[in-house]
Amino acid sequence: MTYEAVIGLEVHVQVRTESKMFSRVAAGYGFPPNTLTDPVVLALPGALPVMNRAALDQVIITGLMLGCEIAQVCRWDRKNYFYPDSPKNYQISQYDHPICTGGSVEIELPGPARNVMGEHRRIPITRIHLEEDVGKLNHHGAESLVDFNRAGTPLMEIVSEPALRSADEAFAYLTALRTIIVYGGVSDCDMEKGQLRCDANISIRPAGAPGLGTKVELKNLNSISFVRDGIAHEVRRQVSVVQAGGTVTQETRDYDGQTGVSQSLRTKEEAHDYRYFPDPDLMPVRVGEDWKNRLRAACPEPPFDKQRRFQEQHKLPYTITSVLVPDLSLANFFEEAARLGARPQSAANWIVNDLLRELGAAKLGLSESKVRPAHIAALVGLVDSGRISGQAAKDVFAEMFRTGEEPGTVVERKGLGAGADPGELERWCREAIAANPKSAAEFKAGKDSAINAFKGPVMRAARGRADPGMVDSTLRTLLT
Amino acid sequence: MSSELFYQPLARLAALLDGGQISSVELMTAVIARTRAVEDRVQAFNSRDEPGALAQAGESDRRRAEGRARGPLDGIPVGIKDVIAVSGQPLTASSRMLEHFVSPYDATVTRRLKEAGAICWGRLNLDEFAMGSSTENSAFRTTSNPWDLTRVPGGSSGGSAAAVAAGEAVVALGSDTGGSIRQPSALCNVVGLKPTYGLVSRYGLIAFASSLDQIGPFARTVEDAAILLGAIAGHDPLDSTSFQAEIPDYRRGLGERMGPWKLGIAREYFSDGLDPEVGAAVQAAIDHYRRLGCEIREISLPHTKYAVGAYYIIATAECSSNLARYDGVRYGHRSAEAADALDLYFRTRAEGFGAEVKRRVILGTYVLSSGYHDAYYLRAQKVRTLIRNDFLKAYREVDAILTPTSPTPAFKKGEKSADPLAMYLNDIYTIGVNLAGLPGVSVPCGFTRSGLPMGLQVIGQPFREADLLAIAHAYERDHEWNGRHPGL
Repeated sequence: MTYEAVIGLEVHVQVRTESKMFSRVAAGYGFPPNTLTDPVVLALPGALPVMNRAALDQVIITGLMLGCEIAQVCRWDRKNYFYPDSPKNYQISQYDHPICTGGSVEIELPGPARNVMGEHRRIPITRIHLEEDVGKLNHHGAESLVDFNRAGTPLMEIVSEPALRSADEAFAYLTALRTIIVYGGVSDCDMEKGQLRCDANISIRPAGAPGLGTKVELKNLNSISFVRDGIAHEVRRQVSVVQAGGTVTQETRDYDGQTGVSQSLRTKEEAHDYRYFPDPDLMPVRVGEDWKNRLRAACPEPPFDKQRRFQEQHKLPYTITSVLVPDLSLANFFEEAARLGARPQSAANWIVNDLLRELGAAKLGLSESKVRPAHIAALVGLVDSGRISGQAAKDVFAEMFRTGEEPGTVVERKGLGAGADPGELERWCREAIAANPKSAAEFKAGKDSAINAFKGPVMRAARGRADPGMVDSTLRTLLT
Repeated sequence: MSSELFYQPLARLAALLDGGQISSVELMTAVIARTRAVEDRVQAFNSRDEPGALAQAGESDRRRAEGRARGPLDGIPVGIKDVIAVSGQPLTASSRMLEHFVSPYDATVTRRLKEAGAICWGRLNLDEFAMGSSTENSAFRTTSNPWDLTRVPGGSSGGSAAAVAAGEAVVALGSDTGGSIRQPSALCNVVGLKPTYGLVSRYGLIAFASSLDQIGPFARTVEDAAILLGAIAGHDPLDSTSFQAEIPDYRRGLGERMGPWKLGIAREYFSDGLDPEVGAAVQAAIDHYRRLGCEIREISLPHTKYAVGAYYIIATAECSSNLARYDGVRYGHRSAEAADALDLYFRTRAEGFGAEVKRRVILGTYVLSSGYHDAYYLRAQKVRTLIRNDFLKAYREVDAILTPTSPTPAFKKGEKSADPLAMYLNDIYTIGVNLAGLPGVSVPCGFTRSGLPMGLQVIGQPFREADLLAIAHAYERDHEWNGRHPGL
């Protein structure tokens, strides 16, 4: 019998805000322990939470980009459990009234080849809710120390329907979701900094069967490739359990990405009773149409919509768009160059092939690049107008990448322009013709290929920087 | 009125200070001396800051001399219930759990009092975490009723009521979750006001039951309560449940115009457990209002009998969560014996909390548990809505409601401490006001034959404290109960 996997993902994303979810203290990463704290974060006696509206904005933006229904009222609940990283020993969260419900994530499955677009599917989302992050425990031998810098950081949880069928689909879902969230400016989704964390609910069933098998929750999938590996491992484990005549136990398992094995953390019997109830310290907040409309206007074009548009409007090939689009700043860089008049395909080629290669070699980010969209537009213009050759353009690019000079300035300073001095080109052509009267006669007699005999000497005189088309047309003018 | 400085009302002291007849240092010195003389018998304070208070009094005198006085509270000694944060002062909630805790920040009410020049000079005893009606649940001391030292002052703000009654503070702040300001006020012959939920910021108030807690004033007169309320009321961006209300001058309406108020009398508030002397005193107050030209109407608050039950579900549910933060990890008591994190919780909380706190945390945990949540917590919330609706319906007919504050005068220490249910029934006339989020004030309304004070409760409409105080004042100005002082 063959089995299919049924997978749902719970993705936690730290929402980017100036201050924490319920206090005025700054949210941040990499600060000395327990410096981003105040009476609210430390849950001192008498401290009270006040909602950070900017965090709610960010979740609503996410919800709008994913086509979710946005609740008319934002409500807060307490999730009660004791743990040393939780200052209040309850977490302020949203239980039965999440701020976003429904919606979906458009994903792209792997194509038949790298340069062929894969199948697109929409994975439905159950809900998105907002809550606060906990602190961090550091274990030193027999001692455990707590750093509350992270505690109270706004955290949104995006729960998918159990609609994923493979580790590859889960990988595609997470990649697409991350791109959308980064697009929206909601989070940087840096998994190394814990800004994006993923748990997976996994079960198997006979292929095509209705209903759901017993699910296992897999925790600590702390990189996107660990998500894929961990899920694949868990599906194989469950299939082998069932094939050996056993049954899958409902439990929570911890996946170790380094060793590639998982172990049981707790079974269903040990599950918490969180004793949810509405937080009496926080009043419900009405989310009116004006609020939503303001945020709707701030939502960027979703990545796959942009990719389709780049293919149609700018006639870019799939492989180029699949490099440009996942990085919003790169996509914007390209569109700015195109807006400034560059032929889109040329601009995209310069950006994807030359600029990214050089930035990578120099270990620079796009924002640190001295080459700006206007440079690309000017360079493409010089090539397209025939003022410089393709070979010279490479030199111009290298120079402007280094110095940030305008391409026109580089061309002039280094004398790279093919048509910069038509008089000089004409002189080189006259000399070449005068030096080879035999070929001149042959050309005039009708042997067209004889013209090539003059081009070598001209290019040599021009030290390779003359535009071949200009050389050809100048020679023809002089020979007739 | 008695001539001793420490018994003068706030309004009169402010006039004496403004007129230069007394200095704040003189006043503070008198209050300190008085406190030293009686405190071993009254036991109102958990801690006091005499040098700090005298220094602040000196600063206040300098401000007045330079014409920079900040108003009637400038230079006035105020007592603060030991559940409201004052930066640099202990904040114990009368619990072993916070015995050595010093607050690093000011509650919003504290900040406002300091800005008004008031001297927050001592921390007043209470039932541990404000859970109780007698102050016997304090981990440190049982406060005595200044009128009879063998009796309780009421609770949970027993220290606040006793301090004002005994001349140890001119006014005081307390908190009221189910009657914790009004009931001790009635038992100690002082004025105590529980404001509308949301009028006064709770930021810096140790939470017992967040949806019921409210900070309010203890004072010798209605006018003094009005002054103190005006200083602490108003929206606070640090408390999401604080209301964006316009704060009037609560003193302005006092004594100007009497009604014609329509006052409601609810049969349900004159029930079997009511002491006959208290009943008679309240009836006399009602008759007085009638003589003043008020229309007295019978009203019905039919869901009153469910109030105590609903209250002990909602309040304990919230407290079970609010008190979870006292775990020995970040501050407060930490068990020295713990083997691991779970053991640390068990031991710290077993050692740090008293019996009544544990009883309520366990009850609250139970009513929120999966399987019981709907039957208890949700149902109690529905009852709460019905009780509020009872009041709002009554307010279509009447402007305010008159009731006894407490069914009995002060009881003997130890008399009810073995019977939690008997203790809970002390709050039978005050709890509904908290459940409905309404303002309520207790004003002295006489003494029993054996010389114990009794209180009249006036229940008002949401955010209409000015009217409530005017109604209470109309009774107060025709009586001299607050001119009497305990024979300490």
